[in-house]
Amino acid sequence: MFASFMTNAWLSGTVVALLAGAVGFFVVVRGASFAAHAIPNGAFAGAAGAYLVGMNPLVGLVSFALLSALGIGVTSRRVRNDVATALSLVAMLALGAAFLSASLIYEPTINALLFGEILGVSSAQLWPVLVLGALSVLALGWLYRPLVYTSVAPELARARGVNATLVDVLFLAVVALATALTVPVVGALLTFSLMIGPPAAARVLVARPGLAIALSVALSVLTVWVSIAASYTFNLPIGFFVGVLGASLYLAARVFARRRVSDSVTYRA
Amino acid sequence: MTSQLHEASQPLLEVRGATVNIDGRDILRDVNFSINHGEFTGLIGSNGAGKTTLFRVILGLQRQVTGSVLVHGEPITRANRSIGYVPQKVLFDPDLPIRARDLVALGADGHRYGLSRRPRALHAAVDEMLDAVDAGSFADRRVGGLSGGEQQRVLVAHALISRPELLLLDEPLANLDPGSVEEIIALLHRVSQRQRVAILLSAHEMNPLLPVMDRVVYVANGHVASGTTDEVVRPSVLSALYGHHVDVLRVHGRVLVVATALPVGPAPSDQHPEFVVE
Ligand SMILES: Nc1ncnc2c1ncn2[C@@H]1O[C@H](COP(=O)(O)OP(=O)(O)OP(=O)(O)O)[C@@H](O)[C@H]1O
Ligand SMILES: [Mg+2]
Repeated sequence: MFASFMTNAWLSGTVVALLAGAVGFFVVVRGASFAAHAIPNGAFAGAAGAYLVGMNPLVGLVSFALLSALGIGVTSRRVRNDVATALSLVAMLALGAAFLSASLIYEPTINALLFGEILGVSSAQLWPVLVLGALSVLALGWLYRPLVYTSVAPELARARGVNATLVDVLFLAVVALATALTVPVVGALLTFSLMIGPPAAARVLVARPGLAIALSVALSVLTVWVSIAASYTFNLPIGFFVGVLGASLYLAARVFARRRVSDSVTYRA
Repeated sequence: MTSQLHEASQPLLEVRGATVNIDGRDILRDVNFSINHGEFTGLIGSNGAGKTTLFRVILGLQRQVTGSVLVHGEPITRANRSIGYVPQKVLFDPDLPIRARDLVALGADGHRYGLSRRPRALHAAVDEMLDAVDAGSFADRRVGGLSGGEQQRVLVAHALISRPELLLLDEPLANLDPGSVEEIIALLHRVSQRQRVAILLSAHEMNPLLPVMDRVVYVANGHVASGTTDEVVRPSVLSALYGHHVDVLRVHGRVLVVATALPVGPAPSDQHPEFVVE
């Protein structure tokens, strides 16, 4: 599994994991999980559309992910946020279905897009992935404090002069970028679990925001590494392992945190 | 109907002819009052009177508003550092990985973009603010896990850290037991004197505030009357404000505002005090 053709898998997998762990922290804290579920479906439709017209799939992934994020951002000013997200989700799923049936995509390619593929990023695409990944991390760092502030108490942030709407739109754009890079590796259906599992576990384990992000990133990288190795060994889609590990991490963290609380209660008694 | 003391020096905050009209309905109509440096002002009114709306006007967050709000004689801008705000309700998820001290620090730099190390002075200021509101003992616990009264203190520390000259508190006494009400009022009074910050605090009930209140801004029917308690809490002023006769009773150091009789004729609007406004 460390053969040279696997180098890209490890590299792109690690970049994706770093990104998903950091972006996912804010997804969880802002309660934007549903958007993180909808946007990958937009990315999927984009990839299918790119195959249809014979374009680079990465272009389709990025543009459609951004489009669904923008759609959610704009519509949620009119209707409730979850309704806006659901509308974007169904629109993108419908588009994806249309693109798929119109083009003659090879079935394993569809499977890879949905459930992930360890060789999902070819050497030709490694550079764009690295550049877009670095861009997303920089954007996240730049947004860091207003993002935490608007996540924790939007009303307080607004009173302090933060443009909460702008922060929200920029954040959705970062989610879209991160998603577009994650989908080819983990798959459209399970990108969501990488963005939710590790950060949800991290946030119940530690109380400090900076530390929680670091732990979320570490858990996410661990999840992806183990998933790549397991996928290689058992020849099952990588998304399967990412999903199972993400959910298990969260459950384990919950049990651990509860035990810690009951311990401290016993000590005090 | 507005009675105001005319001060020689410029007031800290001045609201002039503010009217808020939402969907054709005047929530507040031609509101005028001012607040001086270091004063403790009570903003009194019943549910739906427009207290929260008035705070949003002062903060520059309210849409559909005409008139002007001046701080130091200048029109307000958003992100005014000289005004601190403690909203009526802030919901914190108990799982949120934010400690009380993290929230207070955000009050100082949460609006800044870019990553930079927090200066040591900021950590010291956070500790100082937490101590000022007696929140030191739960500074390292998650905000979402704190009790309502504890969160209230942390929110006051959060508002104070930008060293405001005016602190707006929207019903900080709701959901507190009578003992805690006295405690928080004493604490706010102490903070306002030590840090020279003026306080505008909204409440349904003015009695707990009587010992510390310099002035009162009374809201009813979309109108406001302001001045010292003695100037405002009088049958003539409040009757004009409510649009029908009310009596003011003073018993055992408490003030009761009582509607003498239900108005005859058209059905009473929901703004009318049916019985006791306190
Ligand atoms: N965005 C809005 N759209 C429509 N009506 C509004 C809006 N905001 C406030 N109002 C109305 O303005 C009136 C005043 O509301 P406000 O929240 O300021 O009252 P309040 O004095 O703070 O009441 P409470 O003591 O219950 O907090 C209410 O009748 C309310 O329904
Ligand atoms: Mg209110």
